[in-house]
Amino acid sequence: MADAFAPADPAGRLGAGSPAARAAGRWLPRIAVYGLPTALILAPLLCGLIGAAIEMYGLRRVHRNGHIAELLFTFGLALIIEKVVQMTWGLIPVPYRIPEGLDFPLFTVYGTQFPAYRAFMLLISALMFGAIWLGLTRTRIGLVIQAALTHPEMVNALGHNVPRVFTTVFAAGTALAGLAGVIGGNYQVTEPAMAFTMGPIVFVVVVFGGLGSLTGCFIASLLMGLIQTFAVVLDYSLADLLKQVGLTVTSSTPFHEVLTVPLPRIGALLPYILLVLILVFRPRGLMGTRDT
Amino acid sequence: MSADATQRAALAPTGLVAVTRRHWIWPAGVLVALLLPWLFFDWSTHRHSGFVLTMLSEIGLMAVFALSFNMQMGQAGLLSFGHAILFGLGGYVTAHTLNAIKAGSLWLPTELVPLAGGIGGLIFGALFGYVATKQRATAFAMITMGLGELVAACALMFMGFFGGEGGISTDRVTDTSLFGIPYSSSWQVYCLVVAWTAIAAILMRLQTQTPLGRMANACRDNFERAQFVGYDPRMVRFYQFTLSGFFAGIGGALYVLVYEIVTFDTVAAAKSATALLATYIGGAGSFFGPILGTIVVVLLQSGVSLLSNAWLLYVGVLFIVMVMYAPGGMMGIIALHEPVARTGRLRELVVPYARLLVPAVLAVLGFVLLVELASFTTIGAAQGKAFKIGPHTVDAHTALPWALGAVALIGSGLWLRWESRRFRARWDALIADAKAKGAML
Repeated sequence: MADAFAPADPAGRLGAGSPAARAAGRWLPRIAVYGLPTALILAPLLCGLIGAAIEMYGLRRVHRNGHIAELLFTFGLALIIEKVVQMTWGLIPVPYRIPEGLDFPLFTVYGTQFPAYRAFMLLISALMFGAIWLGLTRTRIGLVIQAALTHPEMVNALGHNVPRVFTTVFAAGTALAGLAGVIGGNYQVTEPAMAFTMGPIVFVVVVFGGLGSLTGCFIASLLMGLIQTFAVVLDYSLADLLKQVGLTVTSSTPFHEVLTVPLPRIGALLPYILLVLILVFRPRGLMGTRDT
Repeated sequence: MSADATQRAALAPTGLVAVTRRHWIWPAGVLVALLLPWLFFDWSTHRHSGFVLTMLSEIGLMAVFALSFNMQMGQAGLLSFGHAILFGLGGYVTAHTLNAIKAGSLWLPTELVPLAGGIGGLIFGALFGYVATKQRATAFAMITMGLGELVAACALMFMGFFGGEGGISTDRVTDTSLFGIPYSSSWQVYCLVVAWTAIAAILMRLQTQTPLGRMANACRDNFERAQFVGYDPRMVRFYQFTLSGFFAGIGGALYVLVYEIVTFDTVAAAKSATALLATYIGGAGSFFGPILGTIVVVLLQSGVSLLSNAWLLYVGVLFIVMVMYAPGGMMGIIALHEPVARTGRLRELVVPYARLLVPAVLAVLGFVLLVELASFTTIGAAQGKAFKIGPHTVDAHTALPWALGAVALIGSGLWLRWESRRFRARWDALIADAKAKGAML
């Protein structure tokens, strides 16, 4: 599971540059039905262009009314985009399968086959992560972006076009979200509701890792993947834990339903529990440099 | 309300007549709500229109929900993405209460059942509020989103309290009425909904005048200064959140009384979104904004959804337009006209508005046509529906309707742009006049 999150997370992180950007980025339509190589180039490009347009004509205007307005704007946009996607491609899932050239088991570990497409996803994710990391920390543009986030006035005074920097960041974020959609779309099911099932988990990863920290995001995405995978395997409940200290849970015990629910069933809940906990006790996330 | 307005309110005469004259909108609202169904009364069968009654009940209970949402959003500046959990949990508590009354293990008059939902909402509000109000602004919004997802997932997981996917069904006819009303017909329930909507709305209105309501405003605008004055912003947020949970719970209880079932939909994100959309479209900055927004959203939801698959798109577009161009919502737009009205020149805006209206209606029609065409080629075709305007069937695969829609949208869009420039000039002149006359407050 871990690798499934990796592609989405750098996109979220870069989008997070402008606080609301991540919301719109991940909801953009995934246009990956025209063959993988074409899609790998075309989808990010189109998503990036849409993202740039959204930033320039929408977010920039709303930005004057504060963070809440930005959040609301992206929220409304998500509703509209989902509807538009539904109206363009229909309600049913789009047939988007793993290309034949990558549809073979790469190697076998303990009797489990490791699909080559997973390796391909991992490769693309690693490339994305590496590119973002290098771009943000080792290039001039990356340094300007980082500075524009914390000291926009100063960067402006030094002669950089800060609004254009934000547009670039937003467009890059949406483009990467599109790329993630291309490589993740056939791993999951490509359908209009995809964005709404993926959305909250990306949100959790970005916030948990900490805004402004690529490393934090990386760790968080691995952690979420591991937690969800292991939650499926470990068949224990709170009742089993209580049995260890000598308490038996029967059907007459108060909250017995909560106590006896096995871990695999609540696996999907764990990320949200973690999200709430981290926001309450450490709002800047694992490695974040500023409060959310 | 500005300090000046507060002073005026304090100096205003008391006594029943004077109070009614100042707050005429409340009795008028209740009267309209009670008279409206009679317009749709079928005199031949002596029956109310079930559709209208359900829709009006929905408006009532969603208005309570949206108002309680605005207690957080508008008053305290707390944007919640999971407000429906309080609404839904209030509903679940009500359903269990009604079942307990039915089983004879509890006695509570039917009229007071919404209180049970309110108390349920209050308890859960305190529980979730304790966690969520540790933070404010964006972090608060994210915590509420997390809590919302949590509760929605729990609702499908724990059968005992939530009943899984089937939800909890109940029966509102319990024979415990204080007035001997059985509440078997939807008209009787509607009266109960109107009464409780009015009570809840009045209480929430009064709450804005309490020190807590005022401090919530202060913490929204400048929490650091509020802290210096000696208040703990966190506690203010907590109390405000909990109280808002009480009213959301009442909304949920009314939902259960109307539909006699409560499912996980009531705690899901879509329900929270409805309150958010309604509040913003109506105007978060004004007390009556959420009510106005609820009316618009529910009308679109129950009216347009019968005709179109795309009602949510229209609501979304309306919402975006409001966020971008009118952050004060519909009530904000109305409030903008106050200075002009004070100079007595509102009449001069009638013609400019009428001129704006023509291209605006055309643009909306063009947009709707395009959206419906798109929706009928995919979703509509999958459902086997045909696109009909009156008796004519529109073939979405021919170019003519598309061209018509595009021309209407683009043409009237340009026309609207030109018209709005003239309107702007007129408006600026009127506002300048209002400023000169000192009518701006």
